[in-house]
Amino acid sequence: MSANRVAVALRQSWDSDLAYSFRHSPYAMAAAVVFLLCVGSSTFAPWVAPHNPFDLGQLDLSNSLKPPMWLQGGEPAFPLGTDDQGRDILSTILFGARISLAVGICSVLFSMVLGVGLGLLAGYVGGKTDAFIMRVADVQLSFPAILIALLIDGVARALLPRAHESLAFYVLVLSIGVSGWVQYARTVRGSTLVEKNKEYVQAARLFGIHPLAIMARHVLPNVLGPVLVIGTIHIATAIITEATLSFLGVGVPPTQPSLGTLIRIGNDFLFSGEWWVTLFPGIALVVMVLAINLLGDWLRDALNPRLRT
Amino acid sequence: MSGPTLLQVSRVTKVFDVSPPWSARVLARQPRLLLHAVDDVSFAIRRGETLGLVGESGCGKSTVARLIVGLYRLSSGTITYDGLDVGALAKGRGPRSLRRKLQMIFQDPYASLNPRWRVADIVAEPIRAQRLLRGNRSIRARVDALLTQVGLAAADGQKYPHQFSGGQRQRISIARALASEPEFLVCDEPTSALDVSVQAQVLNLMRDLQRQLGLTYLFISHNLAVVHHVADRVGVMYLGRIVELAGKATLFTRPRHPYTRMLLDAIPDLAMTGKSRVPVAGEVPNPLSPPSGCTFHPRCPYANDRCRTEVPALKRAPGDEGAADDIVACHAVEESRLDVTPRVVRMAEET
Amino acid sequence: MTDVRPAHPNALPARGARGPSGGLRPAHPNPLPARGEREPSVGETGHGRPLLDVRHLRIEFPTRRGVLTAVDDVTFAIAPGEVLGVVGESGAGKSLTGAAIIGLLEPPGHIAGGEILLDGARIDHLPHDEMRRVRGRRIGAIFQDPLASLDPLYSIGSQLIETIRTHLPMSEAAARTRAVELLQEVGIPAAARRIDHYPHQFSGGMRQRVVIALALAANPRLIIADEPTTALDVSIQAQIITLLRRLCREYGTAVMLITHDMGVIAETADRVAVMYAGRIVEIGPVADVIRAPKHPYTIGLMGSIPSVTADRERLVQIEGSMPRLTAIPSGCPFHPRCNRVFDRCLHERPELFDARTSRAACWLHAGES
Ligand SMILES: Nc1ncnc2c1ncn2[C@@H]1O[C@H](COP(=O)(O)OP(=O)(O)OP(=O)(O)O)[C@@H](O)[C@H]1O
Ligand SMILES: Nc1ncnc2c1ncn2[C@@H]1O[C@H](COP(=O)(O)OP(=O)(O)OP(=O)(O)O)[C@@H](O)[C@H]1O
Ligand code: SF4
Ligand SMILES: [Mg+2]
Ligand SMILES: [Mg+2]
Repeated sequence: MSANRVAVALRQSWDSDLAYSFRHSPYAMAAAVVFLLCVGSSTFAPWVAPHNPFDLGQLDLSNSLKPPMWLQGGEPAFPLGTDDQGRDILSTILFGARISLAVGICSVLFSMVLGVGLGLLAGYVGGKTDAFIMRVADVQLSFPAILIALLIDGVARALLPRAHESLAFYVLVLSIGVSGWVQYARTVRGSTLVEKNKEYVQAARLFGIHPLAIMARHVLPNVLGPVLVIGTIHIATAIITEATLSFLGVGVPPTQPSLGTLIRIGNDFLFSGEWWVTLFPGIALVVMVLAINLLGDWLRDALNPRLRT
Repeated sequence: MSGPTLLQVSRVTKVFDVSPPWSARVLARQPRLLLHAVDDVSFAIRRGETLGLVGESGCGKSTVARLIVGLYRLSSGTITYDGLDVGALAKGRGPRSLRRKLQMIFQDPYASLNPRWRVADIVAEPIRAQRLLRGNRSIRARVDALLTQVGLAAADGQKYPHQFSGGQRQRISIARALASEPEFLVCDEPTSALDVSVQAQVLNLMRDLQRQLGLTYLFISHNLAVVHHVADRVGVMYLGRIVELAGKATLFTRPRHPYTRMLLDAIPDLAMTGKSRVPVAGEVPNPLSPPSGCTFHPRCPYANDRCRTEVPALKRAPGDEGAADDIVACHAVEESRLDVTPRVVRMAEET
Repeated sequence: MTDVRPAHPNALPARGARGPSGGLRPAHPNPLPARGEREPSVGETGHGRPLLDVRHLRIEFPTRRGVLTAVDDVTFAIAPGEVLGVVGESGAGKSLTGAAIIGLLEPPGHIAGGEILLDGARIDHLPHDEMRRVRGRRIGAIFQDPLASLDPLYSIGSQLIETIRTHLPMSEAAARTRAVELLQEVGIPAAARRIDHYPHQFSGGMRQRVVIALALAANPRLIIADEPTTALDVSIQAQIITLLRRLCREYGTAVMLITHDMGVIAETADRVAVMYAGRIVEIGPVADVIRAPKHPYTIGLMGSIPSVTADRERLVQIEGSMPRLTAIPSGCPFHPRCNRVFDRCLHERPELFDARTSRAACWLHAGES
């Protein structure tokens, strides 16, 4: 009975316009495959990666700075070569992507919740609340995201000098998340202003439904479409921000390197000829970000009723 | 047909503050702007009757509707329903039972239903919100009954609004409004977005429901023919004021106010009696700076100096033996400068 | 107005040759008679040789669930100086027909069959550039929303002057003089002063007049007006209608007036075409269609219009609603809602039969011609 229902639901979603447009968009499908590969291989990095680069017992300095396997001196055990500490580049990329993705997704979720909440409030309540929230947003928007992230990171370092290492991940999520909420808030506020004057919201008010319930059950579902689109594209931006921060040395510690940290570390070897230390993490970053952006673009078009045929 | 007064609207005014933002006012020295959307409006509706309200776009019809159901707060004046103060509803207070009894049907059949809800949930919303019934089974049975009552099938409850046509959606809206067993329905242009043939279905349905359930309607429309079809009495609005209020027969055969006459003359002549419409000069003035005196005077062929300075009051026309509540706000009528029987001939021809 | 019927009203044998199942794809119409000799027009007009001649027009939308036929086998003609009203419910295909004529069908919609002739020359499938020249110069367009046709960034004067100079060889100064004349023509007071104002400085009715002035800028022979008064108040509606009528009379401009307001049609049109589910179900002189409708749909439609002069307990009600394009019934598309349906209606699609002064696509009138 319920299995049957699941089957029906599956068939319906397969048949839906979104699925149809997905099946007919080669870019979106390719991007989804790449993205799933990234997510899958990095989630299961401990099982997929040939080595565990963070197990000091496995490290052997005699393996340091080996070139990729197809170059002279390369070894099949280290397909993309090794870094100065003898860590396998492929494995560090897989583990690093895991951190990058985690930071990206968590910070986007954080800014989404913050932004959607504040945007709904501003749009629905209006008046002074609206003015206040939107002025804060304006002020924040006049600072570059990196600057805000640096600021929060700096404050966290000053407040928690010792615990900082272990909290680095959360600080990073917080700083990137806080710097990103404005866009969600603005989008949601705009759509809320439109939705709240629609007659179905007025009707709900007539039945005496509490404003919070109206926001949650009527307005929210109808303003979420664009939020999802921005969110997808934002994951890519967040990953790059994280990489930049890590590159600047204020991100995650080098003992748990993200892609950004890897690129920074590798950068030092670029001029001594060991290009692979930085190039491969760089490529991994670009491919991942590109895939996410393509998915976001597709989602934006697919959800846009004006472009639907 | 109609009983004691059910809804009493007394000297109601609604002012919207449409000023530019505070910063612009301070920096660019822009003044505050107040828009009198509804200005000193009074009328009463008796139980079981239909009051029609007509007027051109922007004259304040929807604002009146929203004031009555408590979606807007009154700027001044009072509205009472069965002796209870409706103004309290807008402030989130007021008795729950009042909420139930006053419901509204909106103009846009596409915007008045949440596109992401199933029809059954939409219709059940007031029942759940007001806790009128408990238990999913009894709610479901009630929803099915409501859908059947408005001419849909019970199975339609499982569909989403976009799967219905405009007329069917308006039926869903009506079912939802009926869900809380209201006595009074404010209908704000319920058929203006519909095709005539669909409009006929909805108007017939509304009339049947009025018979069966003893409903009282405030029926707003800009279409005089529709109002003529549904209403017992008709109020004509112009720039936030009621300029004439009369029984249907009087209003359509012996309209008094020059604006009412103009509206009647502007109706397309379907019977093709060869009469061409009298195009009226001018358009509705900007409500932000309404004309002085009688707000209709810039378009009025009978305007004199008094019209330009003094606001005419709503009163009975001189020599009017009709019902006591046929009232009109026009100096020319008061001064008997208007002829009173211009339209009887055409009526006789038709019927 | 008397309807001068051509000798051979149904010039295209392909229509009669269709199988009884009423296959939706008619065989391609026979080659047209050579130009020059005066051929009987397919959709007759009341005034002899038509200015616009639309024959067997079919508009399709390819979608993922198959091809939708939104306009199917629509045939009509408009003579110079004539106003043809096109009425019908929302979604009946009125706007698509108009858009096809001015070459503004939005993809994926396209003309899948039939032809459109302006002054005897085909204008469907003209290349983009040529069609743009036809539009504006020979066909003017007026749409429901005046704001959509006006650019908020330019004064109405510069928009008018640009349009005039695009189509007519005129100096800037001469074009400006003409623009002022046009504005006066459509009843804008103090035109010489207001010509430099921007669209937002005009009220809705005034804007629609400016749009009409724009449509008239190059003296087109034909105007397609798609719901020109729907967004306007009754009192202003009357002004616009009077204006359209006058222009038609004075310049001999032909007008295709699309609306769903029978009242507007009654006042303005010479002939009226009633559309239902992408087809014309009835076409004829306006007085006959309104006073004595022939097709059951038109009869229902006329009965459902409330009137200020007659007191009626209930309005005539056509049960159900117009079918979706994905599920157009076989035979007569109106048959599931028709109160006079009989066997033949279920399977065979009726063509337009002569029904006294008008023509109706209904089997009830099959014997009359
Ligand atoms: N929430 C609001 N804030 C400011 N002004 C408003 C608001 N609601 C309505 N108005 C103004 O009040 C006037 C009356 O509006 P209302 O909607 O009541 O007119 P209406 O008669 O219903 O017109 P329509 O036929 O176009 O619906 C208009 O000038 C409108 O611009
Ligand atoms: N892009 C599209 N894809 C699929 N179907 C379409 C598209 N555009 C229009 N249609 C369909 O074509 C039909 C005719 O549309 P059209 O706009 O001509 O109707 P109309 O008679 O002008 O109605 P209205 O009175 O609402 O303007 C409609 O059923 C519509 O759903
Ligand atoms: S009061 Fe004067 S201006 Fe107003 S409607 Fe009467 S005659 Fe006309
Ligand atoms: Mg309104
Ligand atoms: Mg249209």
